[in-house]
Amino acid sequence: MESLGVAAKWRRPGVRCGAGTGREDGRSGVRRRGVGRHAARFSAPAALKEGQITPTELCQRCLALVRSTQFLNAYITVAEETALKQAEESEKRYQRGQPLGELDGIPIAVKDNFNTAGIETTCASNMLKGYISPYNATVVQKLLDQGAVLLGKTNLDEFAMGSGSTDGVFGPVRNPWSYSRQYKEKSIPRSDSEPENSNWVIAGGSSGGSAAAVSAFTCFAALGSDTGGSTRNPAAHCGVVGLKPTYGLISRHGLIPLVNSMDVPGILTRCVDDAAVVLGSLAGHDPKDSTTVQDIFQPFALPTLTDVSKLSIGIPKEYHVPGLSSEILAVWSKAADLFKNAGAKVVEVSLPHTHYSIVCYHVLCTAEVASNMARFDGLEYGHRSDMSKSTESMYAATRREGFSDVVRGRILSGNYFLLKQNYEDYFVKAQKVRRLIANDFVKVFGSGIDILLTPITLSDAIPYVEFIKEDNRTRSTQDDILTQAANMAGLPAVNVPTALSERGLPIGLQFIGRSFQEKQLLTVAKWFEKQVQFPMIQLEEVKKHDDGVLQHQKSASFS
Amino acid sequence: MTPRNRFRWRVMRVLALCRWLRGGTVRALRLGAAAASSAPPSQDSVTVEVLDHLERLALVDFRDAEGVERLREAVRFAERLREVNTEGIEPLDSVLEDRCLYLREDDVTEGNCTAELLKNAREKVEEYFVAPPGNIPLPELEERDTFLKGS
Repeated sequence: MESLGVAAKWRRPGVRCGAGTGREDGRSGVRRRGVGRHAARFSAPAALKEGQITPTELCQRCLALVRSTQFLNAYITVAEETALKQAEESEKRYQRGQPLGELDGIPIAVKDNFNTAGIETTCASNMLKGYISPYNATVVQKLLDQGAVLLGKTNLDEFAMGSGSTDGVFGPVRNPWSYSRQYKEKSIPRSDSEPENSNWVIAGGSSGGSAAAVSAFTCFAALGSDTGGSTRNPAAHCGVVGLKPTYGLISRHGLIPLVNSMDVPGILTRCVDDAAVVLGSLAGHDPKDSTTVQDIFQPFALPTLTDVSKLSIGIPKEYHVPGLSSEILAVWSKAADLFKNAGAKVVEVSLPHTHYSIVCYHVLCTAEVASNMARFDGLEYGHRSDMSKSTESMYAATRREGFSDVVRGRILSGNYFLLKQNYEDYFVKAQKVRRLIANDFVKVFGSGIDILLTPITLSDAIPYVEFIKEDNRTRSTQDDILTQAANMAGLPAVNVPTALSERGLPIGLQFIGRSFQEKQLLTVAKWFEKQVQFPMIQLEEVKKHDDGVLQHQKSASFS
Repeated sequence: MTPRNRFRWRVMRVLALCRWLRGGTVRALRLGAAAASSAPPSQDSVTVEVLDHLERLALVDFRDAEGVERLREAVRFAERLREVNTEGIEPLDSVLEDRCLYLREDDVTEGNCTAELLKNAREKVEEYFVAPPGNIPLPELEERDTFLKGS
């Protein structure tokens, strides 16, 4: 595999497990994850069922964690009262022995561009500050119908435009790993090593708040949205599993749209099994969203794969882009070898139009954004300007006051590409290039490849002060390069946290699967997750409180 | 070579020459067309008229020079699309184009939520949203409060 270079030495993450023993498996240098006093993984549904912990207690602990991790700025709205009420109802159901399902009583968080009845939905924008939606998005309703406890709405880039969760009106989201022992150990020692320092790194975007919320143990799963990588990018930076399902599998009704032909709700969890559980409760046709397919969806439990010899993994050579850090390249290479050594067929493949996909995305995204943002005129909801000379001037003033530079820039670019004189040259041309990109994938999957393995980010999370040196559009162009082709083709993709970088920050790898083959995709992802044994975050700040609870919580998942 | 063969050989040559010319002409035409479409628009395509037009269409304004520069950057970036040969390729609207669009039965299943919907509007009268007077176009460039004034 020339393009990947020689496999580098596997970097052992410099983790010293809190109170536990970390044993090393001498064979492959893979560190066994020690979980301290609790060897078995804490399974929330099992614990709830057996009465080891009540839904109310679980909810209260999570809310306490939300409070103590406030400096992360992961949440915009915390719905304490409604969450506790939901937890109480769940408790009653457990007492009757009639839980609604695996998600009953499980605390979750939702990105703030999903409509939630009675809870403010802002999209991190002045345009929707104070907007209380009259209805729940279908995905939110489905989770609530399963008994999940909605803790709150998470922070994002304004209207989901951005790749760092830094451009919302409520401020940037801080990556929890900035406060981890792993990162601090590798940082250049400073005399004033308080968290308020400018050392902290971005959470990725635009679903940074959701990723940070899951990564910091404040909830067990979170919803994000994925248009160009907005779920997978922060998942990679925050060391959590980020699933982008196939376009058309999950309803977008209630998700404030960015790009109608590419948006999907994304799922963020701490392990692949959890992602499968959440997917099981969300997927399926919705009469309110005509872009959901009518195929019957069967929720599935992931089989434990032991034999990968029948698998064919594709390594697209064009994903070795300029700017890809040598660390990520090494991790990617090592992962390919992992599959090869386990007996899978690992083949280099070509997706020739990859270089143009970011340009194509840029045009299509801005064009659809220009159309979707036209609904914000102040008349029916949202911010309204005091200007009242005429409807046009009121709309113009409202939009001037409500939208940030980033949003306005995209609207204007989009309108430019849609002008009569430019329509063919830009918009239609981009649509043609999109077909070429989608066909690239069809060809590759048609040649017998089951799953594609690619990097997901160009490097590990960078410090906020570095990130803001470039403007939003430049950053998005750089950061979306490896993720948005899957959105163009509508394919499912998942980030699996793989290893820690030299700076002690998470590096993830992306698996892209065939349309509607989430089961196969997640099965392979689960096998890979087990092989790499990604270390747990050692959150230092939070450790100061209730040690016992934390150790119990830390290994938590809900599957 | 017999006269007959010589004649045949000449005919074949002429035919080959014609084929080559035809192909060449079509190639030349294609190249011409490609050249026409691949010529990048001069910076003049982002004129003040276009910017004014965009402000009217989008009802958002270019707040400052940075905003205008951002548009120019975006257009420059999009020029790369011209490098791709998309001859004979149909535009892709949706990845689900192979499926039929779902149509619901024409039955009313929900509604009667006027009060809820009006809750979020700032200005309303009874069951109406109140808008300022319509049919008044946005002021001209010189009268508008915009960065583009005087460009």
